[in-house]
Amino acid sequence: MNYRMILYLLGWVLNIQSICLLLPVAVGVFYGEGQWKAYALVMALSLVCGILLTLKKPKRTVFFVREGFVTVALAWLALSLDGAVPFLLTGEIPSYLDAVFEMASGYTTTGASILTNVEALSHCSLFWRSFSHWIGGMGVLVFLIAIVPLTGGHIMSLMKAESPGPSVEKLVPRVRQTAVILYSIYISLTILEAMLLLAGGMPWFDSITTAFATAGTGGFSIRNASIGFYQSYYIQGVVTVFMVLFGTNFSIYYLLLSKRPKQALKSEELRWYLGIYALSVAVITWNIYRPFHSGHLFHAFHNAAFSVATVMSTTGFAINDFNQWPQVSRYLLFILMFCGAMAGSTGGGMKVSRLILLFKSSVREILSIVHPRGVNIVKLDKKRVGDDVLRGTVSYFVLLILIYVFSVLVICFDEFDIDTSLTAVAATMNNIGPGLGLVGPRGNYAMFSPLSKIVLIFDMLAGRLELFPMLVLLSPQTWKGGLSVIKRRISWNRKSM
Amino acid sequence: MNIIIVGCGKVGSTLAEQLAAEGHDITVIDTNEEAVKHVTAQCDVMGVTGNGVVHRVQQDAGIEYADMFIAMTGSDELNLLCCLIAKKSTQCKTIARVRNPDYITERGFIKEKLGINMLINPELESANEIARLFSIPSAIEVDTFARGRIDLLKTILPAHSPFAGQPIRQALGNLSGKVLICAIERDGDVIIPTGDDLLLAGDKISFVASRKEVSRFFKKAGFAKEHIKKIMIVGGGKISYYLARRLDDIGFHVKIIEIDKEHCETLNQLLPAGVTIIHGDGSDQSLLLEEGIEAADGFASITDIDEENIMLSLYVESNFRAKTVTKINKLNFEGIIDQLNLGSVIYPKYITAEMILSYVRALGNTTGSNVQTLYNIIGGKAQALEFNIRSESDAIGVELMNLKLKKNVLLCCISRHGRILIPGGRDSVQLGDTVVVVTTNKGMNDFKDILA
Repeated sequence: MNYRMILYLLGWVLNIQSICLLLPVAVGVFYGEGQWKAYALVMALSLVCGILLTLKKPKRTVFFVREGFVTVALAWLALSLDGAVPFLLTGEIPSYLDAVFEMASGYTTTGASILTNVEALSHCSLFWRSFSHWIGGMGVLVFLIAIVPLTGGHIMSLMKAESPGPSVEKLVPRVRQTAVILYSIYISLTILEAMLLLAGGMPWFDSITTAFATAGTGGFSIRNASIGFYQSYYIQGVVTVFMVLFGTNFSIYYLLLSKRPKQALKSEELRWYLGIYALSVAVITWNIYRPFHSGHLFHAFHNAAFSVATVMSTTGFAINDFNQWPQVSRYLLFILMFCGAMAGSTGGGMKVSRLILLFKSSVREILSIVHPRGVNIVKLDKKRVGDDVLRGTVSYFVLLILIYVFSVLVICFDEFDIDTSLTAVAATMNNIGPGLGLVGPRGNYAMFSPLSKIVLIFDMLAGRLELFPMLVLLSPQTWKGGLSVIKRRISWNRKSM
Repeated sequence: MNIIIVGCGKVGSTLAEQLAAEGHDITVIDTNEEAVKHVTAQCDVMGVTGNGVVHRVQQDAGIEYADMFIAMTGSDELNLLCCLIAKKSTQCKTIARVRNPDYITERGFIKEKLGINMLINPELESANEIARLFSIPSAIEVDTFARGRIDLLKTILPAHSPFAGQPIRQALGNLSGKVLICAIERDGDVIIPTGDDLLLAGDKISFVASRKEVSRFFKKAGFAKEHIKKIMIVGGGKISYYLARRLDDIGFHVKIIEIDKEHCETLNQLLPAGVTIIHGDGSDQSLLLEEGIEAADGFASITDIDEENIMLSLYVESNFRAKTVTKINKLNFEGIIDQLNLGSVIYPKYITAEMILSYVRALGNTTGSNVQTLYNIIGGKAQALEFNIRSESDAIGVELMNLKLKKNVLLCCISRHGRILIPGGRDSVQLGDTVVVVTTNKGMNDFKDILA
C-alpha cells in the first residue's frame, strides 16, 4: 500500500472541502447570521490539515485498484466526519453522531434527516446541507481529478471506485477531460433547473438549494413539507422532470452534445429506465386515482409521476405522504428503491443496468438447462458483457442482500414495526431518504438508537460507493501487507541501531 | 492531438504509453479484450475492443476527430487495410507497420497510391541501428539528430586512456570546439560536465561530434584502432536478413547461424553469395568456436528468445574480443540489463516507438519550437532533445555566454544550413537552426523551457 499517496490525496480532499465551506460562510455573512463563524473555523482547520498533507508530493506515485478503493472510502468518511463539525459548533444539532448522520446523508445524497423541524435551521446550515448533496452527487474525487493535474493510468481506479455502475468507462481518452465534461454537464443542468424554478416564482434561496438537492439526487429540502410546500404544478413538475434527468446516465448527454443522438437513444439501459418509470407511474396512477384523488386522473398522475421519480432517481423529495397509499403502490415503491437510477448518473440504488445484467444472466441459466450445449452470450447494447463484469454484478447483488438483511436485524432491536425497519435500511442503503412507516415522507430518523444510526451511516456510505470500497477498507486482507511492511521497518530500525 | 492506435502488442502499448505521456489523447483498439484492459490500466488512454478494420469500431474510437491513425497489429495486410479505411473516413495521417520485405520494396508505390503517410518496419530499423553500431565499433550507443547529420555517441573510456585523470578542457585540446562531451555517467550518477570536470577511466561518456571528427576523437582518447571485418550473427530472422544485406553492402564478412533448416535455405536464396549461412544451434559453444568466434570482430545475438540472447552476449563479451550487440524484445528490467556486461543493447519496440514519436512531434510542430526528437540517454536519467527553432523568442540572437540556462542543461550542438556547429560562448541561436540539448531535467517541451 502506498500510504503516502493516499494521505496526499486525502489532503486534497480536505482542501476541496474547505473551499466548499466557503459558500455557507458567504451565505451566513449575507444573511447576517452568527453561525458563519463555526463554518469559517472548520474551513480554516480543514485547510491547514489539507495543506500540511499536500505540501510535499510523494515521490512514489505507484497506485493500484486497492489504493484507489481505500482512498475513496477514507475520503468519504473524512468528508462526513469533518463536514459534520459545523452543525455541532452552531448547536443546531447537539449530538455529534446525529450531525455525522445528517452529513453522511448529505454527501451520500440520501436525504434522510434526523431533524424534526428543518425550518428552524439557519440559512448557512440549510445551504450546507443542500450543497453537500451537490458535491456528493458527482463525487469529490471526480472533482479532484478534474482540477488537480494527476498523471498516470492509476487515476482511473479512483474514478472507478467513486462512480456508480457495473463498468465505468471513459467518455474521452483522458481521465481528466472526462471528469471535466461530466462536471460541465452537471453544472449546466443544475443552473438550468435553478433558472426554471426561479421562473416559477420560487424564491432565490429556495430554488438554488432545491436545484442542488435535485442535481445530486439528494432530497434535503429547506421546508418541513419538502416540495409539497410549493403548491404549484409547475414547480413540482420541473422538479419531477429534473429528478428523472439526473437519474439518467451522463454519457447519454455527452452523446447528445457530440451530435450522436441515434447512439444515445439506442441505449438499452435508457429504454429500460424510462420503461420501468412509465409502467410504475401507470400502475400507481390506476391504483390511487379512485381512493385518493376522487377520480381526478391528472392529479393522481402528477402525484404518481413525482413519487416514482423521487424513489427511482433516489432523490427523496415528497409532495404527498405515499405512506398512506394502497399496499400495491407502497410495495411497488419499495421495490423501486432497490432498482434505483441509471449507472453513471448521480442516483443511487442497484442501478438499472445491473438489473438488466442480472435478468439476462438468469435467463441464460434457464436457457442452458433447456439447451445444455447452447451458447448464450450476455450482451448489452449489442456488445458482449465480460464474465468479470457479470461476476461482479452477481456478487454485488449477493453482498447487497446480505448487508441489507443484517442491517435490518440490528435495526429491529429498536422494536419499531417491520415496515419501518425494512424501509429505513432500504431507503438509506439506496440513498433515497424517506421510506415507509415511521420513516415515511412525514417522519424522520431521530428516534433510532445510536447503534442503529451507526449502522445506517455505514449503509449510506456503502450504498453510495457501491459496497466494494467500504468492504475493501474493512477487509483485514487489505491491511495485512501494510502492517508487515511497518513491522519490518521497525525491526530493521532496531537492528541498525 | 487525437491519435488512434490499432494493436496493443509490445510496440502498440509502448507507443500508447509514450504518446500519452507527451500529452496526446490516445484511443487503442484491439480484438483481445485482455490486452486492451492491460493498456488502459497502465496508462491514461481509452480502449475499444474490436477489429480495427471495421468502420463502426473505428467510429467508436472517434475516427472523425482523429488526427492520426497508427496500425501496429502483427499482420501487414490488416495494418494496410485499417489505414485505407481510416483514410476514407477522415483526412487523418496514417502510419502502418509493414514487415514483409516484399511490401517494403514497394514502399514508394504504397505511400503514393494508397495515401499512407508512413510505413514503418521495425526489423529494418533495428537492423539499421545494429549496422550503425558496428560501423562505429568504439561506441556502445549511437543516437542521431538533424536527420542523421549529428551523432550523439556513448562510449566507455578505456583504462589506459590519456584522457583519464584530466579535466575535459585539457583532454580535448585542439578538438574542443569540434567535440563536446555532454554527459558523464559514473557510479550510477549522471553529470552534465563543464570544461573543468575530470574524466576518469571507466566513465561512460556521451559526446556530440560530426561524423568526421568521431574517429579523431577515438584515436586521441586512446581507443585501440579497431577495424571490423568479420561479423557473426546468431538467429536468422527478418532483422538478420536486413542486417546481413546492409553489412554485406558496406563490405563486411557476415556469417549467420540459424537453427531452422528451411530458414537457412531461404536466407541463402535471398542473400548475396558473400554471406555465409550456417545451419546449427547458436547456443552451442563448440559450434561458435568451430565457426571462428575467436576471430570475429562483431557479434550480434538476435534470436527470438531474449534470455538466450543475453546468455550468448555475456559469454562472448567475457571470453572474446568481439563487439557485441544484443537484441531484447520483451524483457522489461532495464535497470538490471544495464548492469550486465552486454555491450550494446537494442530494443526494437523502443526504436519503432521512437521513430513514430518523432513523426508525431514533427507534425505538431509546424509553428512552435517544440521538441523534434527525444532520446533517453543513460537509462532515462538524462535526455537529449532536438529543437527546431521556428519562432522568435528572447533567446534568439543572444550570445550563449550571456544566455542564462537552467541548471543541468547543456546546449551541445547547432545545425545551421546543413553545417554542424559545436557552439562556444560567442555563438548564438538563430531562427531556422536545429539545436541539440542534453539535460537531466525532465518535461521540457519547448526551446524556451531551457532558459532559467
